[in-house]
Amino acid sequence: MITGDRIFGLVVILVALAYVASATQIQTSFLSDPVGPRAFPILIGCVAAICGLVMILRPDPEADWPGLRTLGRLAVALVALVVYAYLLKPLGFLIPTAVVAALLGYQIRPRAAPAILSGIGLSVGLFVIFRFALGLGLVALPRALMG
Amino acid sequence: MDILSNLALGFSIALSPFTLMLAVVGAFVGTIIGALPGLGPSNGVAILIPLAFTMGLDATSSLVLLTSVYYGAMYGGRISSILLNIPGDEPALMTTLDGYPMAKQGRAGDALVISGVASFVGAFFATIGLMILAPMLARVAYFFGPAEYFALYLLAFCTLGGMASQNQAKAALAACLGLGIAMIGLDNNTGMPRFTYGNLHLMDGVDFLVAIVGLFAIAEVFFFIESHGRDSAVGVKLGKITIPVKDIIGSTGAMLRSTVIGFFAGVLPGAGASLGSFMAYMAQKAIDPDKASYGKGNPRGVAAPEAGNNAAAGGALVPMLTLGVPGSGTTAVLLALLMTLNITPGPTLFTDRPDVVWGLIASLLIANVVLLVMNVPMVKIFVKVLMVPAWILMPGVTMVSFVGIYSLTGSYFDLVLMIAFGALGYVLRKLDVPTVPVILGILLGNQMENALRRAMTLSDGDWTYLFSTPIAIGLWVAAIAGFVAPMFLRGVMKKPAIADADDLAD
Repeated sequence: MITGDRIFGLVVILVALAYVASATQIQTSFLSDPVGPRAFPILIGCVAAICGLVMILRPDPEADWPGLRTLGRLAVALVALVVYAYLLKPLGFLIPTAVVAALLGYQIRPRAAPAILSGIGLSVGLFVIFRFALGLGLVALPRALMG
Repeated sequence: MDILSNLALGFSIALSPFTLMLAVVGAFVGTIIGALPGLGPSNGVAILIPLAFTMGLDATSSLVLLTSVYYGAMYGGRISSILLNIPGDEPALMTTLDGYPMAKQGRAGDALVISGVASFVGAFFATIGLMILAPMLARVAYFFGPAEYFALYLLAFCTLGGMASQNQAKAALAACLGLGIAMIGLDNNTGMPRFTYGNLHLMDGVDFLVAIVGLFAIAEVFFFIESHGRDSAVGVKLGKITIPVKDIIGSTGAMLRSTVIGFFAGVLPGAGASLGSFMAYMAQKAIDPDKASYGKGNPRGVAAPEAGNNAAAGGALVPMLTLGVPGSGTTAVLLALLMTLNITPGPTLFTDRPDVVWGLIASLLIANVVLLVMNVPMVKIFVKVLMVPAWILMPGVTMVSFVGIYSLTGSYFDLVLMIAFGALGYVLRKLDVPTVPVILGILLGNQMENALRRAMTLSDGDWTYLFSTPIAIGLWVAAIAGFVAPMFLRGVMKKPAIADADDLAD
């Protein structure tokens, strides 16, 4: 039973239909050209839906999906990256970068001490490169600490 | 003698000390990026674009820097192919076939030197080919109207999709995904918002750099987490580097033939360097009387694909510069760079901005010489780089991506969008859906739609206008052939299987 392609094909069809439905709602102005702003997106949506249908009808052999533990590690990495995106400004560059780099390193190779060291090393090293060699205006530490 | 005077102009720009320095730095960084497994020319150039932009380099300088990185990465890809049997990037896949056996026989140094020289020959002559062919093609491109451009964009999607995937439906889906994302934002004909759902961040559309960095760099990080970062221990001994004169002379023919094959494979829109190295290797094997020695460490089997892939890298710049249609994933990234710099590639580029075009060509020639010097006597430095383990490298790549996008756009929304593209890229690659057509779709979507709409305005809504000129019909036929033909050719042109190589190719 091949499922990966079929599920994805189904998702594609649903998204494509939603896309087409949304495209029909685009407002057009009285100054429009013969094609207008709707036709091309609708065309894309239809082609995508056909592709999704082909994926359901003629799926490829199942991909080699990772086990639950690996999926968990991927989820942790994903969440860490999103949190990092939001902390980069309020907490400055050094602290979030060291923590997230160490965490990612640990997810790739689960050994704590080298991961922490490489996280700190990367954080400081990249900061020096970005700030002093490339001249980017990065903030090192939380604004509160810097006064 | 047009070419020579133009070239003189180019060198007058490229030979300034600052530009020279950029070429050297770019070549060095590029070789490292190419050598590292998991980082190839496309994601390497992708994470550097935002940085080059925030450093405030002007158009010519950024172009010189990043094309040097591009050429450098093409050189560097061979190092991990030969020493680790892991291609540093996809085009270097064919180099593993004879390169790794040579290394196991204790001839790693020879293989690196031969492939370095072959890279130089391929890239150098391809750059000369670019100088000759590009202005000619630019003159032809003046005859292209909106109908022809629409067909041309379609051709790029069809050939790229046909080559890049084993499944045409998935390739077409990838293109639709990219095109669909490109539609987000204000419609540039009527000024109406499309697919923004009231979100102000989406009004300007999705920044293609965000998508590129997400799909190429962040997705790679997820792959490394899944694979636990393959052990990249160099298993073969690298002795003193000597120049194997006999082998180099013996493979001159192979290099030159492969250069021609690779160059033309690169010029085809959508085909790119992987096809170039593949065809060069296959052609070399077919005409060589000593067929049995291929795959067992034949020096000509190392020279041919390397000359082919570097020549294709040069050839791929021809359609990118003259038509604005990239021939490969990396040239798609370079196109993104040009668009960020507000340079519109196309026939007018050659008349309006000769400084950019010829400065670029001159700096490519310079970068090539620099790369030959770096890659033959200094190759040991790059071999050291291979020792950097994935658990240090990949977090580093992530942080560089974040800082690049953050300093470019300064918005959380774009960072989160980048992560989302990373997750999407992971799922797509797992399902064997190619990601390059997605990038191409995001880059070209609006222009493709505009071409269609302008064609329809000119013809007052008559759809047959799209097939009204011989050039347009030819492009349509080529597009359909490019999409359908691989279905039948797949059985004939089976790629040789290489253990552990497939999932690392980007």
